[in-house]
Amino acid sequence: MDTHLPTTSPVRPDLVRPDLVRPDRARATLYTDPATFDTEMTRIFERTWVWVAHASEIPEPGAFKSTQLGRQPVIVVRDRQGTVHTHVNRCRHRTATLCELPRGGLTSSFICPYHGWAYALDGTLRGVPYAAGYDGTLDKTQFPLLSLRTEEYAGLIFATFDPTIEPLQDWLGAARPWIDLFMKQGAGYPVTTLGEHKFRFPGNWKIQLENTTDAYHFPLVHKSFIKAVDTETGEMLDMMNKGGFVEDLGHGHSVMVMMPELIDLEDNLEAPIPERFQPLAAELSETHPPDQVRRIVRAVGGTGFNLNLFPNLACSMAFFRVLQPLSVEETEIRHIALGMQGGPAAANRARLRMHEFFQGPMGFGSPDDAEVWDRVQRGAHGAGGGEGGGQEAWIMLNRGLSSETPAQSGPRGHVSAETGMRAAYRQWQAMMDA
Amino acid sequence: MTDPAQPITLLETPITLLDAMEFTWLEADLLDSASYTEWLALWTPNARYVVPTDPATTDFENTLNYAYDDAPMRQKRVDRLVSGQSVSASPVARTVRLLTRFRILNSDAQACHLRCAQILTEFRRGRERTYTGDITYHLVRGPNGLLIDQKVIRLINATESLMGIGYIL
Repeated sequence: MDTHLPTTSPVRPDLVRPDLVRPDRARATLYTDPATFDTEMTRIFERTWVWVAHASEIPEPGAFKSTQLGRQPVIVVRDRQGTVHTHVNRCRHRTATLCELPRGGLTSSFICPYHGWAYALDGTLRGVPYAAGYDGTLDKTQFPLLSLRTEEYAGLIFATFDPTIEPLQDWLGAARPWIDLFMKQGAGYPVTTLGEHKFRFPGNWKIQLENTTDAYHFPLVHKSFIKAVDTETGEMLDMMNKGGFVEDLGHGHSVMVMMPELIDLEDNLEAPIPERFQPLAAELSETHPPDQVRRIVRAVGGTGFNLNLFPNLACSMAFFRVLQPLSVEETEIRHIALGMQGGPAAANRARLRMHEFFQGPMGFGSPDDAEVWDRVQRGAHGAGGGEGGGQEAWIMLNRGLSSETPAQSGPRGHVSAETGMRAAYRQWQAMMDA
Repeated sequence: MTDPAQPITLLETPITLLDAMEFTWLEADLLDSASYTEWLALWTPNARYVVPTDPATTDFENTLNYAYDDAPMRQKRVDRLVSGQSVSASPVARTVRLLTRFRILNSDAQACHLRCAQILTEFRRGRERTYTGDITYHLVRGPNGLLIDQKVIRLINATESLMGIGYIL
């Protein structure tokens, strides 16, 4: 696919006009315009680092995961040497997908169900049935699976269609220390995935992207969740005036710190164990020394921040949020539960119950989020409609703009400032205009 | 039956398919008619309401579920539906659920395992959606009739993406 678009691309000229995104607002048509979506899939999702897997999802040689990167079906697989590959999940013969299992282990090859073309884990074409019919003209070395550049940071595996872009480490940049802090919730054990909730909502992917650094909605949309939790948790979640902040980390990444006391889970281990974790602490005390109990209990609650990595991953308090655009009007969200690999079962159970409480299609939080995102999409309809009243529809992103201060890698605003969204849209525009 | 030495013969009869069906239809009707207080009274104190993400698992405690509700969580789920504070449950979706294909897996005088199919249609804000699943009930005989000790709803698409479910499946 030609990703160097401008002169021959089908992109409508009006889409690259500079006023789609301003520093404090963006056009509501960014949620509804199919041509914009097509451009995003190539100019953003096929040109940058996109999260595809966590190392624990493909723990050993032969383990694989099938997923999607932008519009492309991909397989992420660990080969015999332990190297992780990301291949386009598409046979080079007639484009059939090779693998429809979401996850699996111990495969030695991928074989197309249509005509039996067989590929090794590194993507090389190994065998073609009835090869004599090609009269010796088929050079198998010319038909490997398309492989993406794949790099890993702290167990997070990213892939890109662009072989020329900067290394993953550089792309993550100022987000790296936050990833390191996030992974401290393993409490010394490796962080592992513990299953996932997948749900869809009828709306554009950027609505969800924005939400990850939107503290403003929390006390309003999640009123019924806050009412359902214990008083102590409710007070913890009352984040508006506790010194929290949002910081632009560059490249569209941002971090929203809701509970500053939970930035570093290895700090402040001598603090009293919160009442809601006392039963867990008592259970862990039967098998673990006091200092370990404190470390594990503090980690169980997760971090006090959401790290939003442009364009599709968030390390969000105690889980990964992965967004997958399906069409301009439909998005799939995965909330991946995390735990301590080889850690105490009681600690992992506590994390599972916390995840179930808020996340997923039957959680006490996610359905309310999905409802308001759905409303945003409904309201955005017609917002770019010719001469009609929708022409002036903007997504306002100006909250907290006037009180931002410069921080290490970008502006920093109040916890409820829309600094993270401004960061994402600035990156969005830079990539769309590139 | 008239032998005074055996006054409780009736209670030693295994729970019948008809008893179990009637009871689960009652439960279904209470949910569809939003009679949550009566619904909450149908459960034993230690009962669990489970919607697993992994249809093959039986170790619900150590795996991720969509819902894994003990009594306090069932109460909270009901509170959320009636509070008016949840935007996805204001109003609560209207639901009609059909339970059929009942089979008693085992039964004695005190308890039974019942498996059946549920096809549920929800309607809200102009949209109709369907969720289909197998339900396994562990029912026990209480002082005033049957009670639910465990209800496990295995959606046929549990491993795929669902839409927000702002009601009780």
